[in-house]
Amino acid sequence: MAKIEITDLCKDFTTVQGTKTVHAVKHASLTVDDGQVVVIIGPSGSGKSTLLRSVNKLEEPTSGSIRIDGVEVTDPKTDLRRIREDVGMVFQSFNLFPHLSVLDNVTLAPRKVRGMGRKEAEELGMQLLTRVGLADKADSRPAQLSGGQQQRVAIARALAMKPKAMLFDEPTSALDPEMIKEVLDVMMMLAKEGMTMLLVTHEMGFARAAADKIVFMDSGEIIETGTPEEIFGNPKSERTRSFLNHIL
Amino acid sequence: MKDDNRIEEELKVESIRRKVVSVDSAALAAQTPKTITMTDGPLIPKKGEKHVLSSWRLTFIGAVVLLLALIIFKPEPYRQIFIVCIQGAPVTFEVTICAIIGAVVIGTFTGLGSVSSHRWINMISGVYVELIRGIPLLVQLIFIYYALGRFLHMEGMMAAIIALSICFGAYMGEIVRAGIQAIPKGQSEAATALGMTRTQTFIHVILPQTVKVVLPAIGNEFISMLKDSSLVSQLALADILRKGREYISRTFLSLETMLVVALIYLIFTLVLSRLVGMLEERLHKNG
Repeated sequence: MAKIEITDLCKDFTTVQGTKTVHAVKHASLTVDDGQVVVIIGPSGSGKSTLLRSVNKLEEPTSGSIRIDGVEVTDPKTDLRRIREDVGMVFQSFNLFPHLSVLDNVTLAPRKVRGMGRKEAEELGMQLLTRVGLADKADSRPAQLSGGQQQRVAIARALAMKPKAMLFDEPTSALDPEMIKEVLDVMMMLAKEGMTMLLVTHEMGFARAAADKIVFMDSGEIIETGTPEEIFGNPKSERTRSFLNHIL
Repeated sequence: MKDDNRIEEELKVESIRRKVVSVDSAALAAQTPKTITMTDGPLIPKKGEKHVLSSWRLTFIGAVVLLLALIIFKPEPYRQIFIVCIQGAPVTFEVTICAIIGAVVIGTFTGLGSVSSHRWINMISGVYVELIRGIPLLVQLIFIYYALGRFLHMEGMMAAIIALSICFGAYMGEIVRAGIQAIPKGQSEAATALGMTRTQTFIHVILPQTVKVVLPAIGNEFISMLKDSSLVSQLALADILRKGREYISRTFLSLETMLVVALIYLIFTLVLSRLVGMLEERLHKNG
């Protein structure tokens, strides 16, 4: 398993015209210990996703440092693919490959990246699909599945690389309410198995139940970090309190 | 599924953009932007579009019946004309098929170049596309043909095929570019996040999806190519039109000959457009 250390991370965006600079993330520092579940919450546009996407460098940070098991991600000499192989990611919009069957979605990366044989990969794939409760959909196309099912396939796809840590970028935000639970159940299962997880979510119930640590972000800054009891029971910052009052 | 339709719609618009006519720009600007698809490309009939299908049927049956009637009831001179002209068909098809393959190859590289992050490659693709788009096809064709002849001592069929490939490669490049860009960014992000290289991502994730969206557009180009291949009759190639014109110069039966030539092209084009329509339907069905 893995430890993620983010130190003093900044990310600036320049507008298309190049006239204005937006500070999406400002001097954020955060540590996810081995086997910990850390949930980032905050209003939309607060830089949560940008921070998360910096961890496997889908976003290029402007400055600061990110270490995964001591390996510096922002170092140009680091082999990013190695990092990405070991860090699974689940997206808000699933991003399944529509031209491949569900099983092929899961087995593509193990076969091409890890060089696993087809048979071995398919055994692993079926095992993972069984775990997320979708073994019977192995031959379906993603378009034939409901949103919740697609997201569970996406989780299985990430798990097929046997990641040491998982990133979740608002995994339930694009789902109908009745499908949220099935995805959260799978995530809860992973959390209980001791997977290192960093997630952005608006599901406060899940955050309260699964998180070891909650991070509240607003306008690019980390305002407050604490256990679920501290954040939900007794927030120190006024901004945290008003955000929670709004959504709870 | 809905998304797919939209992408294909956009692609179709892309492939016919060069033939789009805009009427009164002020009036157009006032309304919501509307594309007038005034294409000389095929009107592709799909199932469910009763109106289009029946107009396709009407034209097709009309053309076939007229051609047959002329040959059977007025064999003098139409039988002879038909026999002479149809001898050009193998050349027309050979040029069309070879040139479309050439254009797809050139177009794939041009399309990749257009989306490349490498500045110079990007620039070269851009200039090529602009250059080709700005010069009439006939002028390009004759120019490239003679240029190939003078500098590479290449003549006849080969030169004509290369010239057509270069001309159509630019449009094909734009289709491929639009096809690649139509694939949502999340797809390559997901592949990248799984640890795939850029090449792996392209081959296993982007390309298969691009092929599916650009196939109907390539079919359309094929039909345009079949028609525009008649321009090679300018280059001493014995295609359908050339055969007809040779016949005219011997017999002075201009109107009769051109009628048969037109009917032959029309029938070929209609059959092909139906085939492209069927291809599109199958692609839709396979989701």
